[in-house]
Amino acid sequence: MSDQPILNLTGVSKRYGTVQANKAIDLSVKPGSIHAVLGENGAGKSTLMKLIYGVEHPDEGIIYWNGEPVHLSRPSDAQALGIGMVFQHFSLFETLNVVQNVSLMVPGKTVDLARKINELGERFGLTVDPNAMVHTLSVGERQRVEIIRCLLLNPKLLILDEPTSVLPPQSVKLLFETLRKLQVDGTAILFISHKLEEIRELCDEATVLRGGEVTGLVDPREHDALALAQMMIGREMPHLGVSTSVVPGETQLRISNLSHPRATRFGTTLENINLDLRAGQIIGIAGISGNGQQELAALISGEIRAHQPDMIVIKKQDVGCLGPMQRRELGFAFVPEERLGRGAVPEMSLADNSLLTAHQKGMLWRGIIKRKVEKTFTRRCIEQFDVRTPGPDAEAGAMSGGNLQKFILGREIMLSPDVMLVSQPTWGVDVGAATAIRRRLLEMRSQGAAILVISEELEELFEICDVLHVLHEGRLSKALPVAETTAEKVGTFMLGAKV
Amino acid sequence: MKLRLIRRDAASRLAMFGAPVLALILTCMTSLVLFALLGVPAGKALHSLLLKPFLSWYSFTEVLLKMAPLLLIAQGLAIGFRANVFNIGAEGQFVIGALCASAFPVYFPEGNFPLMLPAMIIAGGVGGTIYAGIAAGLRIRFGASEILVTLMLTFIAIQVLNYFLLGPWKDPRGFNFPQTVMFPENALLPLLFENVRPNISLIFALLASLFAYLMMEHHFRGYQLRTSGLSPKAALYAGFNAPKMILLSLALSGLAAGIAGASEVAGPLGQLQRSVATGYGYAAIIVAYVGGLRPLGIIASSFLISVLYIGGDSATVSAGLPVAAVEVFQGMLLAFYLLTFTFIRFRVQIDRSVSA
Repeated sequence: MSDQPILNLTGVSKRYGTVQANKAIDLSVKPGSIHAVLGENGAGKSTLMKLIYGVEHPDEGIIYWNGEPVHLSRPSDAQALGIGMVFQHFSLFETLNVVQNVSLMVPGKTVDLARKINELGERFGLTVDPNAMVHTLSVGERQRVEIIRCLLLNPKLLILDEPTSVLPPQSVKLLFETLRKLQVDGTAILFISHKLEEIRELCDEATVLRGGEVTGLVDPREHDALALAQMMIGREMPHLGVSTSVVPGETQLRISNLSHPRATRFGTTLENINLDLRAGQIIGIAGISGNGQQELAALISGEIRAHQPDMIVIKKQDVGCLGPMQRRELGFAFVPEERLGRGAVPEMSLADNSLLTAHQKGMLWRGIIKRKVEKTFTRRCIEQFDVRTPGPDAEAGAMSGGNLQKFILGREIMLSPDVMLVSQPTWGVDVGAATAIRRRLLEMRSQGAAILVISEELEELFEICDVLHVLHEGRLSKALPVAETTAEKVGTFMLGAKV
Repeated sequence: MKLRLIRRDAASRLAMFGAPVLALILTCMTSLVLFALLGVPAGKALHSLLLKPFLSWYSFTEVLLKMAPLLLIAQGLAIGFRANVFNIGAEGQFVIGALCASAFPVYFPEGNFPLMLPAMIIAGGVGGTIYAGIAAGLRIRFGASEILVTLMLTFIAIQVLNYFLLGPWKDPRGFNFPQTVMFPENALLPLLFENVRPNISLIFALLASLFAYLMMEHHFRGYQLRTSGLSPKAALYAGFNAPKMILLSLALSGLAAGIAGASEVAGPLGQLQRSVATGYGYAAIIVAYVGGLRPLGIIASSFLISVLYIGGDSATVSAGLPVAAVEVFQGMLLAFYLLTFTFIRFRVQIDRSVSA
């Protein structure tokens, strides 16, 4: 192994409008090393990768490849040098098969490509059927296709953007084995993540980013997770605090034999879902998005109606065929995973966004909007939930994702619901805000609310839930009490284990 | 080099008002060139177009006469446009409104029907509402695009008009012209001023503007409509009834257009004739957009477009401008408005990266 870095960045900066996404970044990747780029949401990791892959261009600074300064105008320039990238959100065509997808990027006859796919698959543990249609593949298999597609171009450097965020624990182990084989083969790997334990397990170097700047260059194996976390968020890790779990009360939400056919070819059919949520209880639904999470959430909220009224029961009332407004009147609240355009209207002020679901909190007099009540409510929400904004008149679309999430969650909590559904509560939210959100949910539980949380983050679910279910291909696993289960057990259900 | 449009965080209020003014200036400048190329003295043409309407009491009242239907229809359309429901067929609802209203004076030509005028206005409004309601029903039940349906229904409305004028409702003493009898005195709207044509339909239009303002800016119903237009998913999430929003949008715009149609036959025309369909329903679309879809803005834009109508008439006569040139002027106004409006909502970013 030579000491000459294969990729070297000096003083690279990138600014979007008023946001300084990257500021004088230095990064150096040695051949054959697995180098982590560690940072929380919004730290500038994705921007940096886009600069290296030629999707965006640095305002300042120079990128060196094998010691030579290079100018990357587009991804194909980067590919020509030997840089491959696996994106967090896959770029595969679902209606084509594996070979066809590969041949869109890699030249060669399909027969030869299919053979090479099999060869690489055996060598690196990336088995996948070259003739399978992509829409029939699991998420892990799709990721393998993406990786194989990059490997066929013989990269010297492979970039992986949050590769484990979509994988069950067992598949993560397989991925790591593959990456280690690639490392032995001499390929350098840039591994982007915010998961500390993974980085400590896999990587031999780590560049830590915070607020667009490099805050550390360390060997992650020599630091514990707490030290890495402090580098990453710049302060003490926020603690969730001990929560007193309460004895569950009456059933507040019951889902029985809920089946629903998918609306489109790429949707998920829900099959025979059963769930029982009691007052003072938090139930988590684990699983990777795209296994029916969206459909289930919309059915519970009323955005999609069930076929039978008694399939969904809120507080002893059959609500399967009622609309969202009627369900809210019964004491139901919902925080959707999409904030802009669903949980809030981007073009409207925060005050007008309060009106969206909180209108029954005395904001209307015979249909006429009482601006004062609306404003007071909004102000209280901003204060109590630490929403960083100039005030109730600020447009929702101008806020960061985390801030808007705090606002929407605050608005729904202020409806003092008896039953609440929260979908992906901390997606795109920084560590501090995520902890605050989880703490709020625990407080609500102590006050006797029944909460259903749909999340991809297993750690989060283990932290706050009493009971877990796993949603896989439209089927819900049995109830797994958190105290008696493990991440591995949940992982087997995520991979499709029955019962 | 690439150009990108990036949404501004907030469009300033000054710019909101600036867009129509700037659009008017740009239109004038471009038409100066256009008129010069046509060999028409540009100064004289603009004088006729923009100033003459204000230079005599009569022509000013003609502006007000044109303004009434444009304002009324545009207020109705703007409500739907803000809810993403595009009623393009106000012209058809206007014609149906005129037809329904005309039934009373046609069957009671002596005026021997109590409450003649209220009956006509109500019949016109109901007719327009039901006619627009057809499009709402097809959209809700079958997902048919209301843009196409309302537009097609306009052509049907004009054929229905032709049928009545050439057949059952033709004035027996009308020398075979396709028109009804002249309406009796009690079927005509009271005039606002003596000896000139504007009638109280202008007051209807102003009341409709007030209603639209209160509903869209201060009532929950208007809020629901705006939400449906801005983020349909947020409206679904909140549980606002989407079919109800579509029906309400179309019904209100149909109601306004129908009343405008009734007012036209009970006003300046005084009978039902083919020329009732002069394109107010289409022009009102321009009026609604130039007014920024805001009730107060539409009052201003309907006045402006009416000035251009009257000015255009006088320009064709006194400055010898072809009719098409007047239409081009109006078209340019909309195009420039949309352009300036875009630059207010978005700013342009130039991407100067050099391709390798």
